Amino acid sequence: MAVHLDKATIREKIARRAEQEIENGFYVNLGIGMPTMVANYIQPDKQMVLQSENGLVGIGRSPYEEEVDPDLINAGKETVTASIGSSYCSSAESFAMIRGEHLDLAILGGMEVSETGDLANWMIPGKMIKGMGGAMDIVHGAKKIVIIMDHVNKHGEPKILKQCHLPLTGKGVVNRIITDRAVIDVEKDGLVLVEIAEGWTVEEIKESTEAELTISSKLLETSF
Amino acid sequence: MKEIYTSFQEAVKDIEDYSTIMVGGFGLVGIPENLILALVESNAKHLTVISNNCGVDDWGLGLLLQNKQIDKMIGSYVGENKEFERQVINGELEVDLVPQGTLAERIRAGGAGIPAFYTPAGVGTPIAEGKEVRMFDGKEYLLQTGLTADFSLVRAAKGDRLGNLMYNKTARNFNPMMAAAGATTIAEVEELVEPGEMDPEHVHTPGIYVQSLIEGKQEKRIERLTLQTQEK
Repeated sequence: MAVHLDKATIREKIARRAEQEIENGFYVNLGIGMPTMVANYIQPDKQMVLQSENGLVGIGRSPYEEEVDPDLINAGKETVTASIGSSYCSSAESFAMIRGEHLDLAILGGMEVSETGDLANWMIPGKMIKGMGGAMDIVHGAKKIVIIMDHVNKHGEPKILKQCHLPLTGKGVVNRIITDRAVIDVEKDGLVLVEIAEGWTVEEIKESTEAELTISSKLLETSF
Repeated sequence: MKEIYTSFQEAVKDIEDYSTIMVGGFGLVGIPENLILALVESNAKHLTVISNNCGVDDWGLGLLLQNKQIDKMIGSYVGENKEFERQVINGELEVDLVPQGTLAERIRAGGAGIPAFYTPAGVGTPIAEGKEVRMFDGKEYLLQTGLTADFSLVRAAKGDRLGNLMYNKTARNFNPMMAAAGATTIAEVEELVEPGEMDPEHVHTPGIYVQSLIEGKQEKRIERLTLQTQEK
């Protein structure tokens, strides 16, 4: 049976599931928007470092008013603090550590993902182009790329496709997709359904996914 | 040794029409605010501007846009600016969007004497069109060229009269690479000190890259004030 949750609840649900991708000791880059929310749900016993591509390794919590430093922001241009043991670097060094595969994980948003792990998340033809920012570099950098997004678009159409229709951000770059309905891995032979969210069935996931899905032998149902 | 200006108008006087300029900053953080204001006043036109972003409508590089001084913008994200959109749609402004890490490395390469390099960013995307693709160890890479500029306008927290610069926190961003990639680099510093007052271990940009300096007071506008909501 399909479940209907309000937008904020869905975003929190996806963010909480995405948090589980972060392992102790990880260096992680979180994209702008919903991915940034993942930071709100990090388990207190987890030691990890958040990298911000504008040159901060070790993003801290948001500042109290008296702590605000206009020279200290994250990649979403929000004021932040630096965590204990953090460091600053230039944009070139920041992307050198990204491109050089020193990050363990990046969690990014997505508009479309294909069955071969292509990602589209930066432009819609006919609409004003804002720019790709750091997304095209990050998808080739982190050891694992996790895309978090709604399972279907606002018209109820699949966002997980045989082929992306929108211009790509990266080709064959996605490792895992986490939606409000499921967790899907991108494997050599195609997409594998590994987890289903509470309230959804395998059939419903298949119907709302254009790409072919193989069901994992270790499928977890009602996993989040 | 280095030219020390006391007037921002004087500092930018050599920037002529059709110059290519690099401008440091990420969003509004680390931008040379007063040099930009002086450049608006100078009215130099037909500029090619290389900067990660293009300011906001009423601040930073957005002011150069309002004044129609920019012919071409090379950056990675320009979404904070309505005038930008209007000028692109009307064909008044040419845009070259470059992935942020590629942009940073192209500027670094330009200042380091490297004409081009291969990078994975953008393979299989619209930005690969017309670019050489080459395989290394079974993976595809794009050829990207280094970038240099006639003038680089950078902002630092501290500088000495020999041009050594130190940045504050995330205001460093593109500034160090741009300092090296400009034929003439003009540094706007919050605090100008005498040689010897800066610990050489704490210099981020050695003075060799900097041709002139000027001390100035910045507004440091905040784009997205985000505060801690939980009580202490």
